[in-house]
Amino acid sequence: MKGNEALAEAAMRAGCKCFFGYPITPQTELAAYMAKRMQKNGGVFLQAESEIAAINMVLGAASTGVRAMTSSSSPGISLKSEGISYIAGSDLPCVIINVERGGPGLGGIQPSQADYWQATKGLGHGDFHLLVYAPASVQEMVDMVINAFDKADTYRMPAMILADGLLGQMMEPVTFPEVEPKVYDKSSWAADGHKGQREHHIINSLYLTPEALEKTVVDRFAKYDIIKEKETDAECYLTDDADIVVCAFGATARVVKSAVNEAREQGIKVGMFRPKTLWPFPVKEICKATESASKILSVEMSMGQMVDDIKLAINCSKPVEFFGRTGGVIPTPAEVLAKIKAMGGNN
Amino acid sequence: MRKVTVITGHYGSGKSNISTNLAMEAAASGKKVTVVDLDIVNPYFRTADFKDMFSENGIELITPSYANTNLDIPALNFDIERIAKSDGYLIVDVGGDDDGAVALGRFSAGLKEFGDELDMFYVINRYRYLTKEPSEAVELMYNIEAASRLKHTAIINNSNLGCDTVAETVISSLDYAEEVSKSVNLPIVFSTVPNSLSLDDNRFKGIEIYVKPFWER
Repeated sequence: MKGNEALAEAAMRAGCKCFFGYPITPQTELAAYMAKRMQKNGGVFLQAESEIAAINMVLGAASTGVRAMTSSSSPGISLKSEGISYIAGSDLPCVIINVERGGPGLGGIQPSQADYWQATKGLGHGDFHLLVYAPASVQEMVDMVINAFDKADTYRMPAMILADGLLGQMMEPVTFPEVEPKVYDKSSWAADGHKGQREHHIINSLYLTPEALEKTVVDRFAKYDIIKEKETDAECYLTDDADIVVCAFGATARVVKSAVNEAREQGIKVGMFRPKTLWPFPVKEICKATESASKILSVEMSMGQMVDDIKLAINCSKPVEFFGRTGGVIPTPAEVLAKIKAMGGNN
Repeated sequence: MRKVTVITGHYGSGKSNISTNLAMEAAASGKKVTVVDLDIVNPYFRTADFKDMFSENGIELITPSYANTNLDIPALNFDIERIAKSDGYLIVDVGGDDDGAVALGRFSAGLKEFGDELDMFYVINRYRYLTKEPSEAVELMYNIEAASRLKHTAIINNSNLGCDTVAETVISSLDYAEEVSKSVNLPIVFSTVPNSLSLDDNRFKGIEIYVKPFWER
C-alpha cells in the first residue's frame, strides 16, 4: 500500500469515525481514500472549505468523545495551528497527520522534515505539547496511527504523526493488526447530550481568572511529566560498540541505515539512533545508545532542527555535528557516508 | 511489439516499472523507443526519475513540463498523436486509476486511428489493497476505459509485494489474474517475476525492478 492510504486505513481500523480534511500534495491520497471508504465504515468524511474549518470540525467532533482525525502537509498544518492550540487547551484527544513538504511559505511539494520545530515546540500559541510520533516505514505508519489514537485518549490530548512526503508516497507491504479498539470512559467530560439527566459538559479553553487558567496549565504540565517518563520510544541500530552514532528519524533513517551498513562493511564503527517519539524526546534512550560514542551526527531533511534536542538530552557531553539537505532534497547514503568519514569515522 | 503501447492500472500497481522494462528491452533489441510519462497524479516515483538511464540507452523520454518540480500543475505540453506518428515505438505510462487516465482521454481520438497497431495493457497487482478482489480490479479497468475513452487489449499480471516478493507471492497470483482475464474477456500478456528471484518457471516473464526507494538502488 501507499503510505498515505495505509495511514487512512489504520485510522479507520483504530475506530476513527470522523475525518475532516482539505487536499494538499503530498498527502491527498489519504483524504481520497477516506472519501471512498469512511462512509462504508459507518463514519463521516467531510472535505472542509479550508484547513482552518477542518481542524475546528475535529475540535467539535472530539468534544463529543468520538475518535476524530485530520491530515495535511506543512503549509496546511500552519493554518491548523490555532485550532490545535484550542484542542490542547480544551484537553481533547484527536490525531493530526502531517505529511511534510518543503518550506517555509508555500515551499515545494518534495519531501522535508523541516516541521520538527513546529511539531515539537511551536504548534500554536500557549503552554502545551502534542504527542509526536515519527514513523520510518509504511508499516510503522499503521502501527503508530493505532497507538496515537490510544495515547490521545489515555492522556486526553492531541497526537501528531509527523511523516514526510517520501513516506506518504512510498509503496511498501503492510500487515494490519487485528485491532479491538479499547473503550475509554469519556462520560465525565464528553459533550454528547445530557438528555436532562446530568449537568452540562462544557468544552472550553477560556478562563475568566488568571489563577484558574494557571491551574489548568500547571495540571497539564504535571501530566506531561508523566508522559516524558513513560512514553518515549526509539530504535537503536548497531549502537553498542559505535564510535559515531548517527541520529535520524522518519524516512531519513532509511537512508542513514544504508549508509551505516556500508560503513560497517568498510569496518567503521558506526550505529544509528532513531527517535520514534519526537515529543517526548527519548532522552534516556539516547544517553544509553551513545555511551560508547565519541561523536554524534544528526542527519535530517532540514537545516538541523533536532540538533539542539540531542545536545540537551546528552547535556552537551559529546560533540554533535549535523548533515542535512533541505527544500525537498533528500540526502543520499553516499553523502551520509562521506560525512561519517569526514568526522574521522574509523575502525 | 506494436507501434503504440499504453500502460494503465491502479496507482502503485507497477505501471512505471513495466513501462521501463518494456522500453529497456525494446531498446536492447535495437528498436527506436520513446517513453511518454503521462502521469498527472503522482508527485514522485515516476518514469521521469529514469531520465539518465533512458538517455544512456538511447531511449527518448517525454514528460509533463513540471514533472519532479515543485509546481503541482498537471500541464501537458506535447501531442502524443504526433509523437506516435513519428519513427519507432511509443510507450505511454499513464497515471494511476481513472483519475490518471483522464489525461489519456484527451488523446483518444488520435490513438484510435492506430487500430491494430495500438496495444493498451491493464496492469494488475493482486496485493494492492483496493484491487485484492478480481471484481475490484475489473471495476477499476472499466472506470479507466470510461475515463480514457479507449479499450484495453490485454492484461499484465504484475502481482508483487515490493521487496517482500518471493516465488510463492507470484505463483499464488495466477488464479487471480486468470479470473480477471475471464471476467473481462482479455488475454494475459504475461505474469511478472523479479529477475532477482531467479525463478525458473515458464509461466512468468522476468523483469528488472527499477522503481524502488533510491537508498536501495
